[in-house]
Amino acid sequence: MNAEMHRVFAIAWKDVTAERRSKANFNAVAFFAGLMLIMFGMAIGPDNAALASVSAGVLWLAILLSGVLSFNRSYEREIEAGALDALLLYPGDRRSIFIGKFLANLLFVVLVEVIIVPMAAILFKMSIAPIFLPLAGILFLGTVGFVALGTFYAAMSSRLRAREVLLPLLLFPMLIPLLLASVRATAALLDPSLAGEAAEWAKILVIFDVIFLAATFVAFEHVIEG
Amino acid sequence: MKHQAAGTAAAGTPAIEVEGVTRRFGSRWVLRGVDLRVDQGGVLALTGRNGSGKTTLLRILATLLQPSRGTVRIFGEDALTHPDAVRERLGFLAHNPGIYDDLNADENLAFAQRMSRQSADPARRAEVLARVGLVDAGRERVRGFSTGMRRRLALGRILLRPPTLLLLDEPYASFDADGIALVNEVARSVADAGGAVVIATHDLDRAAGIMDTRAEIDDGVLVAVPITARADAHRTVLLAGSGGV
Amino acid sequence: MKELYSAASVPPRPTYLTWFGWFTLLFLIAAEVVGYMTSPADAGMGHLQKIMYVHVPAAWAGMLAFFAAFILSIMYFVRRSLRFDLLAAAAVEAGVLMTGLALVLGSIWGRATWGVWWTWEPRLTSTAIMFLMYVGYLTLRGFTDEDDRRARWSAAVGVIAFLNVPIVFYSVRIWDRGLHQLPSTSESMSPGYWNNLWLNGVAFLLVLGFFMASRYHVAQLEREVELRREENAMRGSARNG
Repeated sequence: MNAEMHRVFAIAWKDVTAERRSKANFNAVAFFAGLMLIMFGMAIGPDNAALASVSAGVLWLAILLSGVLSFNRSYEREIEAGALDALLLYPGDRRSIFIGKFLANLLFVVLVEVIIVPMAAILFKMSIAPIFLPLAGILFLGTVGFVALGTFYAAMSSRLRAREVLLPLLLFPMLIPLLLASVRATAALLDPSLAGEAAEWAKILVIFDVIFLAATFVAFEHVIEG
Repeated sequence: MKHQAAGTAAAGTPAIEVEGVTRRFGSRWVLRGVDLRVDQGGVLALTGRNGSGKTTLLRILATLLQPSRGTVRIFGEDALTHPDAVRERLGFLAHNPGIYDDLNADENLAFAQRMSRQSADPARRAEVLARVGLVDAGRERVRGFSTGMRRRLALGRILLRPPTLLLLDEPYASFDADGIALVNEVARSVADAGGAVVIATHDLDRAAGIMDTRAEIDDGVLVAVPITARADAHRTVLLAGSGGV
Repeated sequence: MKELYSAASVPPRPTYLTWFGWFTLLFLIAAEVVGYMTSPADAGMGHLQKIMYVHVPAAWAGMLAFFAAFILSIMYFVRRSLRFDLLAAAAVEAGVLMTGLALVLGSIWGRATWGVWWTWEPRLTSTAIMFLMYVGYLTLRGFTDEDDRRARWSAAVGVIAFLNVPIVFYSVRIWDRGLHQLPSTSESMSPGYWNNLWLNGVAFLLVLGFFMASRYHVAQLEREVELRREENAMRGSARNG
């Protein structure tokens, strides 16, 4: 078990290091997410009430649409170098590859959120300062399920032609429950009249996360090999 | 250096035993019934034109591909049901070396150590880098490496834990004379320790000094080619064709 | 090793399929005729209400097909036989057709009842999401050439997608009605309505079974072609060797 943990962290460390050194991908994704917020704002605004009423939904759509760009990349890096074969030839549990990549992707999406959430707060007049901690919690819970499913589906899509369109096509319908719960939880935090509901939505998100993480963890070894 | 990476097999057990292996991709038959046996200590050179199935056969031996039909036994273990037993023994130098551009040479080796559950021993990595002639480049990002340097590093990764089954896919490509000597030296050491080596190559001259058997794949079928130099029938027996002998 | 299909396992001429097809067609027509003749025009909607006899059974059949695909996907992992992969794919194809039909009919119903082609009614919305999930399943298959990989990937997606089905229905429901919903009261319908609904349910079950069997038979024929190719290739190899 301990040895498998080392393998998990080796994968996560390697993905994060490669990403940190090349940077190009993270910058592009974060920029794309910000750009999307501005586009949404211009399509909906400039009426402040209209912007505020859709802010939670827009924020989550920006997260999903930009985050989905990162998952294929995680495997493409392996495939370009011919390293996926090398990874599969190490004896041991292939699910460690999944958890390692999941952790690296999770960090990636969380960092994108660190940039775009304050930006969304400014553009869409969300007052996030008083709800900072609970909002961070909801963002994290929604992101965990999203990244688990994204890391799982990208293991397949990244090896096929048309991977750019195929991944969202497979992933987004699966994400609907997470999207609904995350948006409702975020909206509840932003609206004082719904104060009590956020915690209940958070509980639902926890259940979804557990189900999706467990299912993708178990199914991963069937999709990663050849 | 310790040579027996995995559990020992009985002395008489063939290192590689392939029976009736076929492999189809879509509707294309790349392998059409391959029988092959390599005994412990044997070095087999596998030749054939582009697209004849050399790489497919190597990937099946490496447990990266499953045959459509047929059996593969490595040191007596069924490779299809116990792939990890094969992977414990395996060193595989593929066409594309599988090295990460954004890590340096030493980090690539450290990653391999952790992934194969070896202790992350920097002294061992330094030793290996010296052996493959990359001692000065250990701290450099691989992005700046030439193809030959990448392949040296890939060879170094194999040497971290000496294999008992060594599969080399076009190992002489993009190597200089030193590199070629290095490849043959590594292959010799594996064979001398009782392991088995399969070298898929166009370049028979380079392998001539080391192989004891040659087999040619033609259109997915294996044809044994008798060679006079180092022909050593009791060590390597090759069965060719699809059983219709 | 993996002896996937022998020539003998491919039915030479599926007469049962022909009979099954005719029986299904006649049963379906009979069910529709009975439905039309025996149930009175609805007070509010007149005969349009009868669209329910097709809409509801189609949605049921779709759900049942996806459940079958789920079980068959698990069977694939247990037995590792391509037979289960082909059956699961047949089930999903039939299920997508049925849910697609249910959506179109639901849309027509919505237009007639509420004057709009689409409402975010929870069951309809959930059915649409389910439809999209399984279109994804079929798209993934379409992009994967190699049958062993296709079988493994499809089975994994077949299991995960079906696990998501109740989650989708639950989340869309609370999204629509809020966290503290009242239990929905079962609508009062005449017994004639229920009888006809069940009759049509059986008819659609037969249609589903027929579609699956036909699609599976075609898949078997495709495998047979592969098998012949293999035999020819082997004969070629014997000549060479």
